[in-house]
Amino acid sequence: MHIENLKKITLNGLWTNNSALVQLLGLCPLLAVTSTAINGLGLGIATTITLILSGTLVSLIRNLLRQEIRLPVFMLIIASIVTIIELTMNAWFHELYLILGIFIPLIVTNCVIIGRAEAFASRQGVFLAFWDGLMMGLGFTIILVLLGSMREILGKGTLFSQADLMFGNGADWITLTVFDNYSGFLLAILPPGAFFGLAFIIAIKNIIDNHQSHIK
Amino acid sequence: MIKVITKSSPFLHQDISVSVIMLKVLMALCPGILAMIYYLGWGVLINICLAIVVAVTAESLVMILRKRSITDTVTDYSAVITAVLLAIALPAYAPWWITVVGILFAIIIGKQLYGGLGYNPFNPAMLGYVALLISFPREMTQFVSPNEFSANINFVESFKLIFEVNNFPVDAFTMATPIDHLKTNLRLDHSMEAILQHSIYGIFGGTGWEIINACFFIGGLWLIYEKIISWHIPVTVLLSIAFIATLFYWFNDEKYATPLFHLTSGATIMAAFFIVTDPVNSASSYIGKLLIGCGVGLLTYIIRTWGGYPDGVAFAVLLMNMTVPVINYYIKPKVFGYDN
Repeated sequence: MHIENLKKITLNGLWTNNSALVQLLGLCPLLAVTSTAINGLGLGIATTITLILSGTLVSLIRNLLRQEIRLPVFMLIIASIVTIIELTMNAWFHELYLILGIFIPLIVTNCVIIGRAEAFASRQGVFLAFWDGLMMGLGFTIILVLLGSMREILGKGTLFSQADLMFGNGADWITLTVFDNYSGFLLAILPPGAFFGLAFIIAIKNIIDNHQSHIK
Repeated sequence: MIKVITKSSPFLHQDISVSVIMLKVLMALCPGILAMIYYLGWGVLINICLAIVVAVTAESLVMILRKRSITDTVTDYSAVITAVLLAIALPAYAPWWITVVGILFAIIIGKQLYGGLGYNPFNPAMLGYVALLISFPREMTQFVSPNEFSANINFVESFKLIFEVNNFPVDAFTMATPIDHLKTNLRLDHSMEAILQHSIYGIFGGTGWEIINACFFIGGLWLIYEKIISWHIPVTVLLSIAFIATLFYWFNDEKYATPLFHLTSGATIMAAFFIVTDPVNSASSYIGKLLIGCGVGLLTYIIRTWGGYPDGVAFAVLLMNMTVPVINYYIKPKVFGYDN
């Protein structure tokens, strides 16, 4: 196992090839559920688990697959994993499941997952595929939480509200009230806020990248 | 006897720059603004001043970030025009942060992020207004009624109201605009005759509002006379509103207001002469201008009559701004020397 390889995959997933900021894949759930940080975190974790499991499974069976039918098999694997996650969330995080609604089953159609299965997991060893799934998922989750936090702070003046949906009733202390008596900037919560927010995050990433390349 | 003055070359072309045009537009807005101050109180003037200060500051900051010359862009007065147009569209006693947020949105996101003057696909003032309207629906619909209240409040009091120095409840003396009032009451199945007895209605439209609109009309006519704007857009906007309003009024005069009410209420006149005519985001050919004007007029009436917001002008302008690239693509002015 080459440490260099793992480092490269990590950097790729979190920054240089970030699924939300560079590949711009999976924008539909990214834009739709990030009205609060907790919603973003919930969907991020569900997507990460799907990426890890699908990557590992696809890598395991990669030598048994015929080229012609690989895509249907990938879809079958991904759909089964998402169904498991959906049923699990319905049982244990029912409230969060209700809020995220259609976007949990829609993880199946998230292009990041089939993309990583096709481009990476079907050509690499099991551990590398697992690590790639974890890093791609983490990169996606970080952006979901960041965008969710921005929109929540601007739109509602709170951060991590409804934390109990995710961490149980003991977790209310996580919720921060950033602005007291805040009347709310509704535009941030509405769909345009998601587009503006994502655009600003991408712009900031590009500024940092430009700055880095100038230093070199 | 005809006196011919000849000068030697080089001949100068007419010295008309962006700043001259913008200054003339500002001058044309003056009668309307004065009427607004008379009917709605000092709040209008405070809003305008605050908006101009914020707009020029924001524009300068972006120019520093973009490493451009500040003096060139700020002295073309385009930011001032945007500020004034947005400020007069706001409720007269809107809290100060409404103006600040709206102007920042208009100048930074609506104008400079697209590349500054000449590159903005949407009218920045209307973009700022719509962002405010959907973000702060409560504050953005608290209009004061002309006459009743505004005459009794002095400059210092207005200042305190806008900057929220003392927590005087603004809702105590605000009310719906005539268009909004009419729409709400018609939906409650009140008869047109009974509704129009209310003191906010004047001869044609809303009390005060009809005079304000008349003043904007005079300013607009002067702009056409000065050849700053062409007649195509204002005429088609007003005609199309009049046409569709007449149609529905004739169809059912119990349910739909008179055409004159629609022409003299809300932002109709101001939009027709000063907002839709923005040269940057309006069609370039005359036929295109006619189409834009008709679209704005019809959409304004539709959104105003059946929509949920107090007036439809801002949404109509933004929707028609989106169609400008298509219109400019299909309707190109004839190029001199070619058959086209």
